[in-house]
Amino acid sequence: MTENAQTLLDATALGSIYALMAIGIGLVFGVLRLVNFAYGQLVMAGAYALALTQDAPVVLSIALCFAVVLALSLAMEFAAFRPLRRASPMTMLVATFAISYLLQSIALVHFGAIGKIVVVIPQLTQPLTIGSLHVRWITIVTILVAICVFAALTLFLNRTSIGLQMRAASIDSQTARLLGVRANAVITVAVLISGVIAAIVAVILPMAVPERILVTPDYALRETIIVLVGVVVGGIDRLLTATLGGFTIGFAVGALSGFLPSSGDWPFTSSVYLDSAVFMLVIVVLLLRPEGLFARPHRSAVERV
Amino acid sequence: MLEVRGLEVRYGTVPAIRGVDLDVRRGEIVGLIGPNGAGKSTTLHAIVGVVRASKGEIRVAGTQVQGQPPERIVRLGVGLVPEGRRIFAELTVEENLRLGLCGRRSKAGSREALEGVHELFPILREARRRHAGTLSGGQQQQLAIGRALVAEPDVLLLDEPSLGLAPTVVDAVFDALRAIRERGLTILLVEQRAQRTVAFADRTYVLSNGEVRMTLGPADASDTDRMIAAYFGS
Repeated sequence: MTENAQTLLDATALGSIYALMAIGIGLVFGVLRLVNFAYGQLVMAGAYALALTQDAPVVLSIALCFAVVLALSLAMEFAAFRPLRRASPMTMLVATFAISYLLQSIALVHFGAIGKIVVVIPQLTQPLTIGSLHVRWITIVTILVAICVFAALTLFLNRTSIGLQMRAASIDSQTARLLGVRANAVITVAVLISGVIAAIVAVILPMAVPERILVTPDYALRETIIVLVGVVVGGIDRLLTATLGGFTIGFAVGALSGFLPSSGDWPFTSSVYLDSAVFMLVIVVLLLRPEGLFARPHRSAVERV
Repeated sequence: MLEVRGLEVRYGTVPAIRGVDLDVRRGEIVGLIGPNGAGKSTTLHAIVGVVRASKGEIRVAGTQVQGQPPERIVRLGVGLVPEGRRIFAELTVEENLRLGLCGRRSKAGSREALEGVHELFPILREARRRHAGTLSGGQQQQLAIGRALVAEPDVLLLDEPSLGLAPTVVDAVFDALRAIRERGLTILLVEQRAQRTVAFADRTYVLSNGEVRMTLGPADASDTDRMIAAYFGS
């Protein structure tokens, strides 16, 4: 019982991290129709910033992490996304593959293949005991941070003028521009928010996922791929469904790795067959609901006469 | 207010419009009619900056606008009610109108502009919290017009506002246009409904094969032979 509760809490925390990444990817997809495969490398850059400033005060270290990730986000926007504004989505996707591998190669050349340890706030990795339940603080913090980010973003999108413009640009960017919405300004804000979220993930991930304490050039790459799958499974057209998709796949990964025994025969070993089990679920979902797990059936209200 | 001189737009190597000249003076309602594929929408799209003109000049209140992005052209005083209304169905009526405010040159007067549109189309006030997609077709058209009006454009372009609407609703749309005309707004109206447009507008250009074939006045609306000649060539 206790063990199940612990597994479910851990799975919720992992789902929260994936949901955060899904928000970051979904926000930019909304306004640019661009699937940013290089999103994980933003997290990687942030994690390196933390690893290289281990001796500095933690506040400074985290501030530097945010600065690096935001600068890199803007660099991506100005050097790659903006020149490709009129390119097809396929061209832009391939360009983000290139950016991803470029950044990994730079990291490999500069920092080598051997991982660097990231310890951000060691106190947060200590367990908190509630009855017979041992929960690490970071598990709770991760879930709370994800909830806060989602709430803040919802408020931003619904209550501010730039948020409204962002929603309009996500629905129909040409009509939005014809009304005077400044496309480039809206996109830059979306890229910056997406960068802030990547920086938050860079701070949380090394503490929340034990094997992610080592930063390597391909850091967060696996997470990015799984999140992208989750976003497609959830329905990429809407931020909420994309976020739920990210959460669901993260939760599924966490729960399967907790509930499947770690040794034994196929298909019961989580260490070997975890990804197979997750992607089998993905195939089943896409066969049953190709438009996305949480997508609403299409309505044609606009066509009314 | 709006001057178009020698406008040419090409799709690839195919010219969609060739040497189009248009004039819309302050306070005037000018019609633009013509058969499908004549280049009516292309002309509007060139004016608002969605397609690039390969030749010619477009001036709004004396300012040259060609080559500018759409979001800047809106701020130079061009409002568009696009074909098919293009309202944001999943946003509320109020949010749709607030988006229209983005095209204003200054924030001052936004409240008054919204009030003005609410007075013109009271349904937009009553339904302000509803999703725009739940409005009827005619109400959606009122929203699309109101959304363009809150920016207080110098010239309002309407791209086939009666398209796909039931006949009684078309009457309502023309009533709305009449009400706007009384406020002294300058309008360029692109329409398929030739007779109605010719009767309604101060002047109407007939576009065919990408060229302005002739200009008609309201009196021509009842001259069926001239209307047919204008459309199909004599």
